[in-house]
Amino acid sequence: MEEKEFLKKLTSSFSPSGREDYLYEEIKKVFEPYGEVSISNINNIYVKRKGSGKNKIMIMAHLDEVALIITDFSKDGFLKFKGIGIDPKTLVSQEVIINGKEDISGVIGIKPPHLMNEEEKDKAVTFQSLLIDTGLSTEKVKENISIGTFAYVKRDFTELLNNNVACKSADDKAGVVAMFSCAKGLEGKDLKTNVYFVLSAQEEVGHRGAKSAAYEINPDIGIAIDVTFDSGKFGADDRENKLGAGPSVCIGPNCHVKLRKMIIETAKECNIPYQVEVEPGNTGTDAWDIQIAREGIPTLLISIPEKYMHTSVEVIAIDDIKNTGLLLAKFIEKLDNMSLEEVLCF
Amino acid sequence: MLLEKLSNAISPAGYEGEVRNIIIEEIKPYVDELFVDRMGNIIAHKKGKGKRVLVDAHMDEVGFIIIGYNDDGTLRFTSLGGVNDKIPPCKVLYVGNNKIKGVVGLKPIHLQSQEDRKKGINYEGLCIDIGAKDRNEAEKYVEIGDYAVFDTKFGYFGENKVKGKALDDRIGCFILIEALKENYSCDFYAAFNIQEETGRRGALGSSFRIDPEIGIALEGTVCADMPNVPEHISGTYLGRGPAISIMDGTSIYDVSLREEIEKTAKLSNIPYQNRRAAAGGNDAGSMHGVKEGCRVAAISVPSRYIHSSVSVASISDIDNGKKLLIKFLQGIA
Repeated sequence: MEEKEFLKKLTSSFSPSGREDYLYEEIKKVFEPYGEVSISNINNIYVKRKGSGKNKIMIMAHLDEVALIITDFSKDGFLKFKGIGIDPKTLVSQEVIINGKEDISGVIGIKPPHLMNEEEKDKAVTFQSLLIDTGLSTEKVKENISIGTFAYVKRDFTELLNNNVACKSADDKAGVVAMFSCAKGLEGKDLKTNVYFVLSAQEEVGHRGAKSAAYEINPDIGIAIDVTFDSGKFGADDRENKLGAGPSVCIGPNCHVKLRKMIIETAKECNIPYQVEVEPGNTGTDAWDIQIAREGIPTLLISIPEKYMHTSVEVIAIDDIKNTGLLLAKFIEKLDNMSLEEVLCF
Repeated sequence: MLLEKLSNAISPAGYEGEVRNIIIEEIKPYVDELFVDRMGNIIAHKKGKGKRVLVDAHMDEVGFIIIGYNDDGTLRFTSLGGVNDKIPPCKVLYVGNNKIKGVVGLKPIHLQSQEDRKKGINYEGLCIDIGAKDRNEAEKYVEIGDYAVFDTKFGYFGENKVKGKALDDRIGCFILIEALKENYSCDFYAAFNIQEETGRRGALGSSFRIDPEIGIALEGTVCADMPNVPEHISGTYLGRGPAISIMDGTSIYDVSLREEIEKTAKLSNIPYQNRRAAAGGNDAGSMHGVKEGCRVAAISVPSRYIHSSVSVASISDIDNGKKLLIKFLQGIA
């Protein structure tokens, strides 16, 4: 399967934090040719690619995505809801899918502007002022939907110029696709290192899956793959990240210095485009929790630049995903020919 | 389905071509006379010996227009017709005749200051992203003045409802097309007008030319019957039949004409409601203001969330609106 096709498939499906198991069968089908697939107690999905030696490397991208959750029934089939990691400004006038017993379509509308007072016009909308319209009677709604049912913005996978795409939940399904790309790249290679791909659970609510996965696998090296802010108009102006310019290697205390130098060397040797970004403290990713699991794990964070994070139109470059996968595969091959002591000693 | 075709067609104010072509093909077999005037309005005539009646629906929809480029390759834009500035973020748009796809992004919530989170949005702060590398590349794909429209697809929704973009006023176009397929004794003119959304401008030319005795505007109108809006300002209710206007921002409707329409509804057992709002306006405002003026009425189908990317209307309201118009026209000698 092509990377773009897999990303389309993943981002057209739904896996809110806590319900990563929704995608287990799909993931299993795709990753099975590359390793042994299993799911943990808290919905981490593991793909184990056996090596002939003892060393273990863990590559991790989170499968969960930000979502909406139904909090109450209003009149006439309208629903109250809250967001998990979502800005209400991004939800006005959106079509949604409510993940009930059956999928139910909904529309989030706002009151017409001529009925808004001056304050409402100037201020950002809040969750309190938004409702999901189902077009159904409340009775019908209750047959399918309960309090706590998840929902998400309906968005067609949209291809833009320069092999950029816009979709929901590229955070972090782009990372999952990069791992897939890496797994493909390692296919048929005789590896000494055991490679564990982890599709982690509950990153968006506090990197909880990362903690238990790192404990369970107990790897020698952990690499988190996530998305990062670009430096454009709505991005982070304290970074230099550009879409299409390659994976961004994180520099900072969360990332092992020698490993980081090694992965940059790998990129240079293999002519893989890359960029760097600085994160002086908490990276806010799985890497933050991997690093302090058990006795501590040498960790790296490789990020794919993304625009408009946590919206339904996250924009990402397919080339960056492929280059992330390629860089990981080349790094693992390089690692395979070195002794761990050589790599990890201070 | 005809309404689906009309709703999905891309025809913002000033660029009505796509809808115009659909309508012309559809009504051709049913009218005695058919032409496009120099403004772009479609004028259709079903000859009759009775009163000269003009029924109008507008073809245009609200959308956006490109006004410039940013150095990062994104496009500056503003609204074409009234689209509230809370609406554009996080939508997919088709830009220009070549339907280049673009998205309107927003600053990630992680990067917003406390103030950003509370502040509303305005067009100056927004842009369309087509994935271009830089300004030079963007200029190759999109020209200043190109329009943009939501990518929303029409569909069935909930119970007995439809959702889609531009229901204001493709529902009016749909009803008028259907009405042209019936027979009448009045001298029936239909005008499918341009540029209602930028100030009811197409209707001026078409009504000046036809100089009707009776003018009827067909609309998709405001409906704020959501539970979080006080009932007295809801305007109309979905599912309670077509709304007959009393007055709005551009017309005070002819009382006797309104009463005749209401009587027709009662006699034919067609549910109807009055439009309980005085805001907004429609082509009737233009129709009754040209030449010596004419008696005007407006029959509208309530549509939730008009002037946004996706509106919701009731199938039975659309059907009843169509029935009411046809019955009323057939009753005019």
